Amino acid sequence: MCIVPFPKFVASEIVNRKYKLMYNYMGLKIVVLAKQVPDTRNVGKDAMKADGTVNRAALSAIFNPEDLNALEQALRLKDKYEGSTVSILTMGPGRAAEIIRESMYRGADDGYLLTDRAFAGSDTLATSYALSCAIKNFPKVDLIICGRQAIDGDTAQVGPQVAEKLGMPQITYAEEILSCSKDKITVKRRLEKGVELVEGKLPMVVTVNGSAPECRPRNAKLVMKFKRAKTVSEKQESSQDYINLFDTCPYLNITEWSVNDIKADADWLGLKGSPTKVKEIESVVFQTKESKRLTPDDFDMESLMRELISNHTIG
Amino acid sequence: MNNISVYLEIEDGIVADVSLELLTKGRSLANKLTCKLEAIAIGFKLDGIGAQVFPYGVDVLTLADDKRLFPYTSLPHTSILVKLYKEDKPQIALMGATSIGRDLGPRVSSALFSGLTADCTSLEIGDHEDKKAGKTYKNLLYQIRPAFGGNIVATIINPDQRPQMATVREGVMKKEVLDKNYKGETKTLDVAKYVSDSDFVVSVIERHMEKSKVNIKGAPIVISGGYGIGSRENFELLFNFASIIGAEVGASRAAVDAGFADHERQIGQTGVTVRPKLYIACGISGQIQHIAGMQESSMIIAINNDPSAPINAIADYIITGNVEDVIPKMIKYYKKNTK
Repeated sequence: MCIVPFPKFVASEIVNRKYKLMYNYMGLKIVVLAKQVPDTRNVGKDAMKADGTVNRAALSAIFNPEDLNALEQALRLKDKYEGSTVSILTMGPGRAAEIIRESMYRGADDGYLLTDRAFAGSDTLATSYALSCAIKNFPKVDLIICGRQAIDGDTAQVGPQVAEKLGMPQITYAEEILSCSKDKITVKRRLEKGVELVEGKLPMVVTVNGSAPECRPRNAKLVMKFKRAKTVSEKQESSQDYINLFDTCPYLNITEWSVNDIKADADWLGLKGSPTKVKEIESVVFQTKESKRLTPDDFDMESLMRELISNHTIG
Repeated sequence: MNNISVYLEIEDGIVADVSLELLTKGRSLANKLTCKLEAIAIGFKLDGIGAQVFPYGVDVLTLADDKRLFPYTSLPHTSILVKLYKEDKPQIALMGATSIGRDLGPRVSSALFSGLTADCTSLEIGDHEDKKAGKTYKNLLYQIRPAFGGNIVATIINPDQRPQMATVREGVMKKEVLDKNYKGETKTLDVAKYVSDSDFVVSVIERHMEKSKVNIKGAPIVISGGYGIGSRENFELLFNFASIIGAEVGASRAAVDAGFADHERQIGQTGVTVRPKLYIACGISGQIQHIAGMQESSMIIAINNDPSAPINAIADYIITGNVEDVIPKMIKYYKKNTK
């Protein structure tokens, strides 16, 4: 039985340099999983309808923040290891192609949009199944990187579940991928109560924390290059003026995959493939307390403080 | 069979508070379902675990004791749980919504194809009628959690798959000793039968764990700031007030996301849950996900510009005004009346 001991305090800098020399010329195939999410952090008063359901139209759609941290880690590896490529894979409605273009503007090589009605209603497990089928469509993947969690669900489940479905190991809560070679990846993890340096073998799934470095901004040249990148559906909807462009510039094609394209079993998708069901959704009405209204004037403030002191709430 | 199983998180031979809180909840669910409460400890040198967990009403403690199982790594802990759950078929499996539980839970649930609900704020037992299929389910676990950034509360169920898995954050459930002389049975696993060499492909080469410097959970008074505070500098006012009255400073998620306060101070569903005797909410509108983390405070004072802020509904005192006017007055009259 091979037991790997835990050597203490390996200087990460030395590790870094060694692998850079050894593996500089071996490109990594990296797939970044990203999600377009409603901006739940900036919810206005009109975000909820009177019947307690979410008014999606009132929320703008954004690139899930931690997926941007994940993209940055991927792009850093691409910068560091020559010949590496970064592909973006997302699942969602046609509009989600926006985050693929956004990734291209920042340095991703190509993008894949997984879109099909059969995906609707998927819980994290069914989503992970679909993503894992799509990843199997790639001829070779060394590293899958995604954000730790999406802000609309906050579950942090898709990364580990994709890893399990692919039979790959996982490193979650990554703050920095220190080095990555054909046979070894070294990652700094930021946990609630500390920091860990872990080492594993490729292929690997890494989920990235919000504490990781922010994603680089758009690159003006890349914006020019990719601004007309489109999925098949988008091409059909747009005017035909520059349709030949997609043959002369194949990099402008964003691949669109349906359930059939990824050879997924429909029984494992959507509501049917989701073991968890939503029984009930409520917009919460708080049990209103009998409260006292005060003004910030001196009389109210002094009597409040006196009361708090006299009933030993403070002091 | 069909018991309730709690995964124990262990650091330095000490069972984490979140696990003890889950045992307390697990015990009350087990009583309702008239089944046993099981605890699973995976790690190294676990001799002292029994004495720590039996008082919480554990009927069966399973130990997987092996040098390679500490520190925690995903694959061997997953392998052990997956095999154990297949053998013992628990109806409910609970773990902490910590960096360990949130790494382990999804992987285990994927391997078993059993649903998992993250960050539950309440767990209850109830029935479910599926009218379309004409089926009635008895005694399901209602996994209740805010969703959609805390704008709604969802009740999630797993009608058909077992175990019904849920993670819960530290502090959400209350920790309570059932009987300090409670006796349970201890089972020791032959670890080699549950893990394979390939489970050890990820190794921890360096580790620095620190005790959190902030103790919001245990503070008798919490002064919390929201996005309305406006800046990190303005938070100083809250720290100043806190040092005078002996309070801790908390923050809403919006304030943390905006960089006004550190993450360890976040109160709410995705942060810490507090039950102080006094909670002062400053510039906090009161999203559900925040309220989930402080609604059990004995007394709540809400200071807000907006006279119709949602948080006012649960406040004992509503002060409509600017935080920067109100707090200095509170300090002034506190000092004046305690002299």
